[in-house]
Amino acid sequence: MTLKYISTLVGAVAMAGSLLIGSTAAAEETKVGFIYVGPIGDFGWTNRHDIGRHAVQEEFGDKVKTGFVESVKEGPDSERVIRQMAADGYKLIFTTSFGFMNPTLKVAKQFPDVKFEHATGYKRADNVSTYSSRFYEGRYVVGKIAGKMTKTNIIGYVGSFPIPEVVRGINAMTLAARSINPDVKVKVAWVSTWYDPGKEGDAAKALIDAGADVILQHTDSPAPLQVAESRGVWAVGQASDMAKFAPKSQLTAIVDNWNGYYIARTKAVMNGTWKSEDTWGGFKAGMVELAPFNKAIPSDVVELANATRKGIEDGTILPFAGPFNKQDGSVGAADGTSLDDGTLLGMNWYVEGVEGSLPK
Amino acid sequence: MLLKIEKRAEYSKAMVYLTPVIALVLTVLASIILFKLLGVNPIEALYQFFVAPLDSKYELSELFVKATPLILCAIGLSVGFRANVWNIGAEGQLTMGAIVGSSLFIYFPETESVFLLPAMIMLGAVGGGAWAAIPAYFKTRFNANEILTSLMLVYVAILVLSLLVHGPWRDPAGFNFPESQTFSPSATMPILVSGTRMHFGTLLALLAVLGTWIMLARTLIGFQVKVIGAAPRAGGYAGFSQKKVVWFVLLFGGAMAGIAGISEVSGPIGQVLPTISPGYGFTAIIVAFLGRLHPVGIFFAGLLMALTYLGGETAQISLGLPVAVTGVFQGMVLFFLLACDVLVHYRFRLNTARKVVS
Repeated sequence: MTLKYISTLVGAVAMAGSLLIGSTAAAEETKVGFIYVGPIGDFGWTNRHDIGRHAVQEEFGDKVKTGFVESVKEGPDSERVIRQMAADGYKLIFTTSFGFMNPTLKVAKQFPDVKFEHATGYKRADNVSTYSSRFYEGRYVVGKIAGKMTKTNIIGYVGSFPIPEVVRGINAMTLAARSINPDVKVKVAWVSTWYDPGKEGDAAKALIDAGADVILQHTDSPAPLQVAESRGVWAVGQASDMAKFAPKSQLTAIVDNWNGYYIARTKAVMNGTWKSEDTWGGFKAGMVELAPFNKAIPSDVVELANATRKGIEDGTILPFAGPFNKQDGSVGAADGTSLDDGTLLGMNWYVEGVEGSLPK
Repeated sequence: MLLKIEKRAEYSKAMVYLTPVIALVLTVLASIILFKLLGVNPIEALYQFFVAPLDSKYELSELFVKATPLILCAIGLSVGFRANVWNIGAEGQLTMGAIVGSSLFIYFPETESVFLLPAMIMLGAVGGGAWAAIPAYFKTRFNANEILTSLMLVYVAILVLSLLVHGPWRDPAGFNFPESQTFSPSATMPILVSGTRMHFGTLLALLAVLGTWIMLARTLIGFQVKVIGAAPRAGGYAGFSQKKVVWFVLLFGGAMAGIAGISEVSGPIGQVLPTISPGYGFTAIIVAFLGRLHPVGIFFAGLLMALTYLGGETAQISLGLPVAVTGVFQGMVLFFLLACDVLVHYRFRLNTARKVVS
């Protein structure tokens, strides 16, 4: 049997099938698609993007139809799913994981009329924008709190993969913590996954056993917070407010907020004003937020945190302003200078105060 | 116990081949109930699962793209399973094949030779085979259980890949992100049908199906594999070396998985990523059994399994069904198949032994 023959046969069956069901497509609505790397119920990364999707749906009502595919594996599957959405009449497609970068670009080339938005990547095209959030601004504020709250002067950090985005967060937090408490040491446990409650929890346990009394994480499940809660140490939530998993332990959480961006970009497509651009927003753009502070945090620490946040927002505080050293003792940034975005995007070294070596 | 299960003295040959069909029908019936409970029109859901992914040339080609690694791995595994050698580590062998195969491009990216791709495929087979040689050595030398050794090596292979992609194999122009540079045209699998992603690897899978079929039916080693599997003692009396068969099936399975790995990397992926396979090596175990360990059966089972994945994606896009439904679906296929299998080989009987009333 040739491919063509099978195709004809199947086509006939398909046609019969669609006659049976009847046409369901409604006219005039803008279809907006989302490709997720995790399950929508992960309480973290994907969940926040899906909340953004709901915000778009609510904002535009009948004029927009949103759709999503969850737990899409990075690799050949993602290219098919993205392509399928584009072929299905979606006009704007958000691909919300770094690993979707090259597949997004490949599909974008075949569908010049469809607009694509890739989160956390660096390759753009006429119909591909990139967007990300300056999470490290949130980590800098958290670092101030952690530096004040730690008694053992050891902060534990559960890391996913040693990519620049994660390393940047570790460094921002370490710089902030050591700016008020120079004795702070940061221990990092890499788990090689974005979402694996078992591994994340084990890493948190190991860090606590090694003396850490504040646990930070750059992974998506609430497991490290749950471990912190049961062991009576502090923790910081990731991506969404995780207080319900650790009501006593969560100091605050770094919350992603994509709602405003997704609504603005959808509107731009509907108005025909969409342009390919690169967006990297932080506190000021409303893309990074902090969950309500734990009541147990003393008021002077809350004040410090709020002042830091305000300083970052109005530009008077730059998290990566010098002088500071790299882990190996060489100069990270000299006095009076601050690292530019290019350096931040490719960051692959620790600052002084982080223990262990970066996996190479 | 009122019922007891006993082995049938004779079982129907026809039923052995009918059970996959019966299992499929039962899955469809059970899924109609499932879709009803989820509040989805079952006919539309089944249409999205089984028909919509096939309604164009492009989507049909995607079926083959998805099925290619499944078929290659399952073919390799099935030969081992026939010989009662339980290689569970195809995922690791696939990964190692991808690593060794793509090393050629990574270290010689400028090469434009037409021999680059064939050499990469060969190295892919060598890499996968070498990874499977470790459990083969431990089994034949120390009688170590290959289920455990091959499975553990999966995690080792994945971590080796992670080490390379996060380190020396990173794209120098990639902002330290864990990805290699994208493969050059001479390191990429040629596309079979223009405008699609169906690549040379699919042809390799077809060759593997045919070659394995002939090998099992017509060659001495194929005969030895079957005899050692069905009756190891008879094989021994016939002078067949069990060790030789263990080595052969593991190397063969590893090589097939390795080819699957390199054909993914230099096919639809086009670069080395921290994860190469979304579990093809494990899903291939299901495919091998769904295909009754027969090469032709595996070919169709691979296509069916690929269809459930594609259908799951379509159902998510068009109906908003959660991804877990795909998993439930695949689970049901396997459950009904195994359940039918039990009934083909065994039967239930009322327990006639009565208690003695004193």
